Formats: sequence, C-alpha cells, structure tokens
Amino acid sequence: MSILSVKNVNKNFGGLKALNDVNLEVQEGTVHAIIGPNGAGKSTLLNCFIGRLIPDTGSVTFNGQSLLGIQPHEINQAGVSRVFQTPEIFEELSLIENVMIPAFATRDGAFTINAWHGVSDEGLLRDKASEMLADVGLAEKRHDIAGQLSRGDKRRLELAMCLVQDPRLLLLDEPTAGMARADTNNTIDLMKRIASRGMTMVVIEHDMHVVFSLAERISVLAQGTVIVEDQPENIKGNLKVQEAYLGGAHL
Amino acid sequence: MKQLFSLERKDVILLVCFTAAVFAGPILMKPLGAGYPDLLQKFAIFGIFALGFNILFGLTGYLSFGHAAFLGVGSYTAVWTFKLLSMNPVPAIIFATVIGGLFSAVIGFISLRRTGIYFSILTLAFAQMSYNLAYSVLTPITNGETGLQLNQADPRVLDIAFGRDYGAVLPSSDLFGIDMTGWPGFYFCATMLIICFFIALRIFRSPFGMMLRAIKSNQNRMMYTGFNTRPYALAAFVISGMYAGLAGGLMAVTDPLAGAERMQWTASGEVVLMTILGGAGTLLGPVIGAGAIKYFENIFSAYNDGILQEAFSFLPEGLQHVFVSVSSLFVGEGWHLTLGALFMLIVIFLPGGLMEGIRRIQVLISNRFGSGGGGADAKSNPAPAE
Repeated sequence: MSILSVKNVNKNFGGLKALNDVNLEVQEGTVHAIIGPNGAGKSTLLNCFIGRLIPDTGSVTFNGQSLLGIQPHEINQAGVSRVFQTPEIFEELSLIENVMIPAFATRDGAFTINAWHGVSDEGLLRDKASEMLADVGLAEKRHDIAGQLSRGDKRRLELAMCLVQDPRLLLLDEPTAGMARADTNNTIDLMKRIASRGMTMVVIEHDMHVVFSLAERISVLAQGTVIVEDQPENIKGNLKVQEAYLGGAHL
Repeated sequence: MKQLFSLERKDVILLVCFTAAVFAGPILMKPLGAGYPDLLQKFAIFGIFALGFNILFGLTGYLSFGHAAFLGVGSYTAVWTFKLLSMNPVPAIIFATVIGGLFSAVIGFISLRRTGIYFSILTLAFAQMSYNLAYSVLTPITNGETGLQLNQADPRVLDIAFGRDYGAVLPSSDLFGIDMTGWPGFYFCATMLIICFFIALRIFRSPFGMMLRAIKSNQNRMMYTGFNTRPYALAAFVISGMYAGLAGGLMAVTDPLAGAERMQWTASGEVVLMTILGGAGTLLGPVIGAGAIKYFENIFSAYNDGILQEAFSFLPEGLQHVFVSVSSLFVGEGWHLTLGALFMLIVIFLPGGLMEGIRRIQVLISNRFGSGGGGADAKSNPAPAE
C-alpha cells in the first residue's frame, strides 16, 4: 500500500525549475531512496513533504491526508519525522532531554501546559529515551550537552530524536554525510535494524554504498524530474542513470 | 496533595534556604545598611517582577522590552480595587494579577507573531503606547500626570458592607487590621515572593519548562518535532505578565498610588538589567539581580560628599580631596554610573551573571577542599537569596 504519494509536483524558484512534474509513490514498510546529482532537487522535494516549502502545483498525500498547506507541527503529529542535512538538535540541552522532548510531543500532542509535575516524575518516558540513545550508541553520553558532540554523534542524536517518536514515515536527508567509514557502517546497521521493524523510510543519499545496502526501491532525480524508478539491481545498469551522473545532465 | 509538593530533595533544600533567607532579610541586610522595610519591600517586589520576566526571557529567549506596562496595569488595578471594593490587599493583588495576565495575553498574542529584535520592538511600542495613554487619553481612569490616588470619598463597597470605617483620614491598605506599611508590608511581599519562587521552581523543573528552554535552543526543531511553539511562548508571556501584574499590585499595597511613569521604557529596561545581572535562565539569579540593583539605587544614591569625606578621612588632606571628588561621580545622582560600570564588568567577565560568579566560586572551593562532591551540581547549593 502506498503511504506517501506525490503527484505532478512543480516548484519554481524565480526562473529555475527546481521540481518538474515529480511523481513518486512510497510503499508502506519499505526503504525508498532518492538519488541524483547535486542540484537535482532532492532536498527541495523533501522540504515539500514537511511543510517547509509549498509546491506551486501538484499534490502530496500522506496516508490519505494532504500535507499541503498544513503546519510543520501538524505534519509531524500525523506521523512524519525528519532528519536534516545539518543536524537540527537542541544544542544547549542534554542528550536525554533532546530525546525526551520529541517523546513528549508524541505523547501529549502539539501543545499542553504540564507545568505542575516534574520532568523527574516521567520515568517511563526517560527510560524510552535512554533506550533510544543506547540504540544509536550514545547511552554513555546521555547527560552531556548536545552542542559538544561531534558531527557524526549529532546526526545519531537527531536520528534517535526522530525514532523515539515511532514515526510512520521517517525522512532522512543524507544521514551519513561527513561521517567516517566506520561510523557510516554503524549507521547503515542501525538503519537496517530500524527497517526490519517495518518502518517506512525515505532516504536521500549521495553515498552509493549506503543506498545499495539499504534501499528496496530507488528513484533517480535529475534536473527536477524523476528519470527512473526501479529496484536497486536494475538501477545499477541503467543507462539513463549513468548518463545523469557521468554524462550530460549536470555537467 | 503529594503530587503538589513532590519536589526533588535538592529543590526542597533550595526552597527552604530561600524562604529562610527572605524572612531573615531584615537581619541579613542590616550590616549592609539595607535593613529597613521600604527597601526590603522593593527587593521582594522587584524580585517577583524579575522572577516572572525570567520565565519569558530566561527560558524562551524572547526579550520583551515592555514588561513595565504590566507592572503599571497591576498598580492601577490594585488602586482601583482599593477605591471601589476594599482596602484589603488580597482582592487587590488578585485583580492585579488577573488583569496583568489579560493585558499581557493581548499584547503577547500580537507581539509573538514576530521573533528576535522585531518582537522586542513590538513589545516596546506597546508599552510606550500604554504609557502615553495612561498619561493623556485615559486620564479618567489613570488620573494622568498626578497619578491615581485614594480619596476619602471612595465607595469601598466591601469595607462599608463589613462596617469598616476609616473615618476622616486617608486609609492605607491593611490585611484584616494589620497595616501594610513597614515590616508587616515587607512580610506580606516576602510571602508573595516565596510563593512566586515556588511556582517558578515548579515551572523550571516541569516538562513545560523544558519545552520553553527547547524553544530558546532551536525553534525550528520544535516545529518539526510536532510542537506548536506559539502557544508555548504565549503561555510564558502571560505567566510573566501575571508576575508583573502582581508586582505592580504589591507596589500599590505598600504605597497606595499609581503613576504612569511606572510603565515607562526605563522601567522595562530595568527588569532586563536585573535578569541579566543576576543570571538569565537561572532560578535565583533574577531575584539576586533585582536585589543588587535596588540596593545600589538606594544606597549609592543616598551617599553625598559629606559621607565620602568621612569615609576617606583617614587619608592626608590632599589625597582625601582627590578620592572624594573622583568617587563622588559614582554616588548620589551619579549612581547610574556605578550601575553601568558594574553591568559592563558583569557582562564582559561573567556573561552568565552573578549566578555564574557564585558557581565559579563553588567550583573553586570544591576543587580546593576535598575532591568529593564535585562542582557539577551547583544549583543544589543554597545561595543567599537577596
């Protein structure tokens, strides 16, 4: 069953056609990768899913509900979480707080004033957050301040912040960019584990090693258009893709 | 009931020490020359004002430059309550808090459409509008330039109903017969300060407080995490407006008149100074900052050349003259110079305010004496409250 459906989406920035009639179906429970050369419109497309950008025309439906024109927090409450290209975390707060906050959002909704009991009374939530931090390998650092983490650790923290919400759709924007090889492999393992629990993921990635070890379906974006959508093994040998990467499109 | 007071141990200690320090204020402040009720009342009242301001500025990072408007509204409300209902301070401060809250809800609702400097400017504009309105157009309510005062002929419906007659003298506020000037006035304000501190403590330790700190840290992440951030900021704004309203009400309780100058932008700036001086985002900081500024205002502005000459009388005459003429720039009318210099020193060397200074001293002490304990848990150590 298709959980995210993108139909005829167009987005222009001035004279630049960033997205040109994009169509995409993401099946529930699969890992769907979007690849393409620089400037192909991958991040623009992702921004259209979370309410950061609104397409000029076309529709984006998640689980039967249109995502256009609703607030970013409503999109998250509907079950979409996103890991950003540059980690968006709470730099001044501790790791455990960073992970507890999204857990509160999922449990209590977009706005509640719970000012009369302590965070210290939230044992269950804290345990869940600790578990999540252990999952991404940050258990030891849970009382550290997030701003002091390395870039790779910040990405893992952000991933934990999204995972603790148990989203129906997880969007990942280059989750391994800037990571060392060992870190990348750890992240791939982690994402494989998440995928095996049946979570739907859309991954934008440059690193083909990551893409081909994770994705069950790949869409290739070039110059704002989906040129091919297929299974990984068919993508490798596709001439159009090779051309987009090596030949014409972006050179 | 258990839920109501379920605090962690270190917070209980903090609260107990705070309460003790506030109530012992008259004794603790005596050696500093500040052990008189009028000044201590100000410490408590501005402590409340700064505590509330800190819930907005310290937690969410929204810098309001118009909080004096709510202080002024609180004062006018309290004086009107005295005039119309009763000289008892309880209804006066309840109404002052409620009206302060309502007023801040309106201003906050509009101002919070913007963030950063634009938010600050909007609040400043609203406060100056309120000030000018109080000064001119709203004279029937505020009594303009003269300020709102009590009158023998005021109706005081509740007082009359309970057969309370103040006779031919101008009444002052009293709590069931206890006059709210002097020491009883201080203890009334001190009790309010402690209640306000307790509420602030609860907010700081609650999930709600954590959300506010997260908004300050990364508002974008909050939105993409599923939070509607504006109502959170508005709630913080209204809470701080209620604190300001209460502080304004207490000003009227200890001295039943209200003037427009209370709403002026300098008064708004003062609470910003108090919070930053003490340490924005810390629990005790704003109270300490409020105390420090009110102390300097009252003590240093009271110094004159005579006192200085006496202080430097141990020096030879030539030197004495030099010292007196230099230091006289910093006292009396010139106390703002002292405040400015102090503020600059603090912001440059202790960006976290006086609380950061206290924390550094604690770390220094714990490093020197005994390796046990560790300085990380600085907040659990009680610091003098005022």
